[in-house]
Amino acid sequence: MRAADGKGLRIRANRAMTGEGEAPLLEAKGIVKRFGSLLANEISDFSVRGGEVVALLGENGAGKSTLAKILYGYYAPDAGEIFVNGRQVEIASPHDARALGIGMVFQNFTLVPALSVFDNVALFQKNLPAVVPRAEILKRMRHYAERFRLTLDPWMQAGQLAVGDQQKVEILKQLLAGARVLILDEPTKVLAPQESEGLFKTLTELRAQGLGIVLITHKLREVLACADRIAVMRHGRVVGVVGRREAKEENLLALMFGDKPMELPSPLLDPAGRHDRGVCALEMVGVSTTGGAGHIPLRNVSMKLRSGEIVGVAGVSGNGQREFGDLILGLLQPETGSKLLWGEDASRWSIAAVRDKGVASIPDDPLALACVPGLTVRENLVLGSGARYSTGLGVDWPRLDADMNRSFARLGFSRPNFESRAATLSGGNLQRVVLARELAQQPRLIVALYPTRGLDARSTIMVRALLRDMRDRGAAVLLISEDLDELFEVSDRLLVLFHGAVAAEFSPEDFRADLVGPPMIGVTEHSDAA
Amino acid sequence: MRLDGATLWTCASARAKAFALVTAAALGVFASLLVAAGKDPLEAYIDTLTYVFGNAYGFSELLVRMIPLMLTAVAAALPARIGLINVGAEGQLYMGAWLATAGALAFSDQPAFVLLPLLTLLGFVGGGMWALIAGVLRALRLVNETISTLLLNYIAPLIVSYFIFGPWRSPETASYPQSPAFAEAARLPTFFHSRVHFGLVYAMASLVLYWLVMTRTRIGLDMRAIGGNPEAARRLGIPIVRYILTVMFIAGGVAGLAGMAEVAAIQGRLVSELSPGYGFIGFLVAWLAGTSAVGVVTMSFLFALISSVGDILQITQGVPYAVVNILMAVILFIVLGRRTVGSAAR
Repeated sequence: MRAADGKGLRIRANRAMTGEGEAPLLEAKGIVKRFGSLLANEISDFSVRGGEVVALLGENGAGKSTLAKILYGYYAPDAGEIFVNGRQVEIASPHDARALGIGMVFQNFTLVPALSVFDNVALFQKNLPAVVPRAEILKRMRHYAERFRLTLDPWMQAGQLAVGDQQKVEILKQLLAGARVLILDEPTKVLAPQESEGLFKTLTELRAQGLGIVLITHKLREVLACADRIAVMRHGRVVGVVGRREAKEENLLALMFGDKPMELPSPLLDPAGRHDRGVCALEMVGVSTTGGAGHIPLRNVSMKLRSGEIVGVAGVSGNGQREFGDLILGLLQPETGSKLLWGEDASRWSIAAVRDKGVASIPDDPLALACVPGLTVRENLVLGSGARYSTGLGVDWPRLDADMNRSFARLGFSRPNFESRAATLSGGNLQRVVLARELAQQPRLIVALYPTRGLDARSTIMVRALLRDMRDRGAAVLLISEDLDELFEVSDRLLVLFHGAVAAEFSPEDFRADLVGPPMIGVTEHSDAA
Repeated sequence: MRLDGATLWTCASARAKAFALVTAAALGVFASLLVAAGKDPLEAYIDTLTYVFGNAYGFSELLVRMIPLMLTAVAAALPARIGLINVGAEGQLYMGAWLATAGALAFSDQPAFVLLPLLTLLGFVGGGMWALIAGVLRALRLVNETISTLLLNYIAPLIVSYFIFGPWRSPETASYPQSPAFAEAARLPTFFHSRVHFGLVYAMASLVLYWLVMTRTRIGLDMRAIGGNPEAARRLGIPIVRYILTVMFIAGGVAGLAGMAEVAAIQGRLVSELSPGYGFIGFLVAWLAGTSAVGVVTMSFLFALISSVGDILQITQGVPYAVVNILMAVILFIVLGRRTVGSAAR
């Protein structure tokens, strides 16, 4: 079984390697897709060949996901033709796409959390017999897993897997179902740096076996790291296809943004908003929390955060970062030890009380954690403001509008339509709404949890500049991130969390991956030496 | 929130069209059923129409049926806005009637202007406390409110039965289990020499308040936030537990008002067969009406009409009343079928 499979792959690989002039695995011509009056896609030509990684690069809302969903049969294009191996095909549904060897890994995974890895993979196979051939599927799973660095325990429940491993299951099930073209929509959005590395190694192996890979992303570094060709999208069109050799950061950025100037926050200095420097905004004294319900317990955490400084928190995903942020915001309460905000014992404060004192929160997933999709932007802007805009039982909408207009203007964001529902905004725009809301009231302490995860290059630069700016104006900032580059760039001090405890602390002169890395995985000698 | 006249009109006409469509489809399916049973559907419908709309009495009886439906629909609609499913309006109705009866029997010597507000309050508290049991269990994350409200429905009528078979059993009608008749001062006033009673005012007030709170107030906004994304609401400091308890209490209270009105206006005493399933039909009404207060009124009207159809068919055509359940199920199927996946049908 195993040998046969390997041979099959190799034959395909050879064919793809040798046939440069051969028809592309997948090609789309003259695709047009409109949503109402919005032109979502107008693609004259897009193709992926066997044995290459094509990156679809573009800002949020440039139309990358739409194109991918058309190729996967999720949307029907208004016009255009799609060819598989040079043969024109009709892809009316994801089922058709799978039958033609096109697989897609979505941003939000489509696993059944209660089922095992094996069940999830088996369920996805074409024409699965009534009696599941367990041994055979297992054998093929193991085979692919070894070859492509996708090793997993087949009997683990999918819901219990780390995000990076869930993604492996998604890829594995597509491979077993016979995918020859693999479309990955923002695959690194949910991954820690090491996990991204692993994914790129997998993609390299897949390419070597002759698969065609479409990588949707807005991260330049990823593109430069692993793509053979880069198709840059803007406003629904492919505005340029650049080969790996010619690709440079500058020309890609120019293609992505056109001649628009970068949108950077204007100087925000507002003398009224200045706070005293050096006041201890947040102090944790020997705080421990209980775990349970999927929480990592924090163990004996002591730290201080002063006004006018940014303290970064580094760590591998799942070492208590989220719990650390939740603890400060009042979502979790200390089991032992105490949490002080501006010198007051805030260990038992409610979330509303913490926010009322001037604590703002910038979460990584605004749609899930900070917005209500069914409400309008305006209604979302008033949430969490306590009693600030209340007039009796109602809301003082004009005053809210005035404050929020000012906040959007000060941050240099264009003001979205306050009447539109939050669900209709793109991820980047939603994050802007959250930022405008959270920063409108001159917060004194900002808890930023992976604030740039999933943002495009421009928004990322903007958010980092904003955090520095708030720091300069006297706010205390806690930046929790898994992106070491980001932490090194922005932080004034760096804490490393490991298994829920503070494993090390660094000052800027020691901001080097070889020093900060070891305590992240529990090796402490290096930090002692430093 | 800021709609111009034209949009409002389009909305209203679309809604009216949908309502007409649902009604027509349901009556059509039901007609084929009657044909299968060897009856003449046209004659049955004409009978119903002449009975309901042909004279003031028929129409007033329709209104009488609508009152408990509208109240119990509010009892289901309000918790639904924060994502809670209250299927317990039936039990809450019984407990409202029970506590109101306790008040009516204990303070029977009081004048009406003292007694009626007191009974109203007791009816509200009786239903509210009953719903609060489910609210507390939910807030403590012990029992899902759908299960607990459903099960409490079976307990409430038993409590009522215990009292009318035992402590409150009327000495005058010893052969039939019921409480003594309420004093005249404890009887809720009725209008226009019909059985249409003051409960109509409670129902209308509940609906107007429901609409105002949901669309115009901070509380309504908080509630829609909890219903739309509980995790975000929690993270933004909205006191979810407090909302669960308050909303369940008020919802149960509104259902309790329906029970209070049934004993104080219609029956004049506590009886065991107080409600022919008003609480369950009210849940259906709330579900089909979506978030709309006007929808609650139109759907209550429709279901009141349907139960009239049942009564009339029983008399004129000799069809058992239970066929009405088939008609209601048909309507539910049609409405759910028309609704696209993922809309407000929660």
